[in-house]
Amino acid sequence: MDIYLLEAIINGILLGGVLALLALGLNLIFGVVDVVWICYADIVMCGMYAIYFLYAQYGVPLPLACAIAISGLAGLGVLVHVLIIAPVLRSPPLNQLLATGGLLFFLQSFATLLFGTDFRNIGVRLPVLEVATMYLSFARLIAFAISLVGAVALYFFLKRTYLGTAIRAIAQDREIVGLMGIDDRRIYLAVSAIGGALAGLAACLLALQYDVHPFIGNTFGPVIFMICVLGGLGNMIGGFIASFVISQIIAIGGYYGSTELSYVFAFTFFIVLMLIRPRGLFAP
Amino acid sequence: MLAVEGLSKRFGGFLAVNQVSFEVRAGEILGLIGPNGSGKSTTFNLIAGNLRPSSGSIRLEGAEIGGLPAHMICHRGIGRTFQIPRPFRKLSLVENVTLSAYYGEAGRFSRAEAEHRAREVLELVGLPCDPQATTLGLGASALKKLELARALATKPKLLLADESLGGLDRAEMERAADLLGDIRKRLGITIIWVEHIMGVLMRVVDRVIVLDHGEKIFEGEPAHAAIDARVTEVYLGKSHGERAQPV
Repeated sequence: MDIYLLEAIINGILLGGVLALLALGLNLIFGVVDVVWICYADIVMCGMYAIYFLYAQYGVPLPLACAIAISGLAGLGVLVHVLIIAPVLRSPPLNQLLATGGLLFFLQSFATLLFGTDFRNIGVRLPVLEVATMYLSFARLIAFAISLVGAVALYFFLKRTYLGTAIRAIAQDREIVGLMGIDDRRIYLAVSAIGGALAGLAACLLALQYDVHPFIGNTFGPVIFMICVLGGLGNMIGGFIASFVISQIIAIGGYYGSTELSYVFAFTFFIVLMLIRPRGLFAP
Repeated sequence: MLAVEGLSKRFGGFLAVNQVSFEVRAGEILGLIGPNGSGKSTTFNLIAGNLRPSSGSIRLEGAEIGGLPAHMICHRGIGRTFQIPRPFRKLSLVENVTLSAYYGEAGRFSRAEAEHRAREVLELVGLPCDPQATTLGLGASALKKLELARALATKPKLLLADESLGGLDRAEMERAADLLGDIRKRLGITIIWVEHIMGVLMRVVDRVIVLDHGEKIFEGEPAHAAIDARVTEVYLGKSHGERAQPV
């Protein structure tokens, strides 16, 4: 096989890891709270700025900066739920979409106002590995590995803890969990915090690879949303697999065409698939 | 132990429950019967906190619980089952019950305590405690037992059992009725049992309340209900054209 194609495929897999992490967060929130956070990628943007300022401007050690960003975004997740989601929880879905969509524009404009439109890089130069004449970015390898660890940790949290079991229960039948003594509002807060923390983890991994600017959310927000719909909204495993399907299309499309064209391929694939399987790849 | 006074629930222009008052005495099994749409399930939803009352009061051991969220009412000691079983299909059988045991009371439990209690109630209702068992292969009778196990795992003082016997054959009904009697004896809990058929229920309950069109039309001993003019009218129709369920 063409070595460059192989390199593209491997890079696709590596890209899929971070996308999967974000898809898990978005699906978790949708599955439990039943609201789509259209602004999810822009929350990631906030985390990237946090890491940039903490590490590159104020000299906080990178692991600590990442820890602060993750816990900060967990807190932001709770705030988003309390201030924006909770008041519209029983509103029509369109109103909920407008509320989180409004937050998207708010975050982008607020970042532009505060930080300008400069592209900023945290300036960590990780080596590029040469494996059998293929060039693999170390940053991507780390991002992939940590994403997988995050996904596995989330899996065990949901499977093995009572809070996780309650989260799975409420995703199936939100009306009756109160009869088990479960306070649904607390579960919503917990899920929003976990969703925020996953966005924070993704922010750490993306800050290693990409410059941060106020509109970075636009470059991967639509892709994550597309992945979640493709895998079936709320279906965590479906979203996980769809992440790798889409990242392969983007990687291989980029190899045969260009990066811009690869997104055209991905969205074309998505649109066609929605015509054939409107409820997602893994709908029964 | 439970005092319901002037309880009403309005859905738009429809009065589902109209000024219903009754008391439940500690340790009894109270039957709540009435035809479809008579407001039995709505009354349960109001007591359990799934719905907020439009007016009236619900007091559990003297404390007002009307309008509290469901999880707080559960913590106060009221458990309920659903007419149509609603298990969490993606959770295992044991997980379904341990979840109730863990969250059902206000205090915190260790995993071991919750699992121990789940095993206890599973044994009590006669379901397997195998951690691998799922809810998928369960028949109507087993699903109703699971509903009961989930409610009992929350350690209720008062159990609201919603049409526990619908969809069962005669022998299963008898066994389920005996199980409720057994549960009262062994756990010392009070039970309100909703049914739309009078049949087996009449053998087990101490007292019965009959609802029709959201209003209470009878309260008293089961033997008297069967000969009460309004009750027979509701169940048999004025013309006696329809046959009631045999008592």
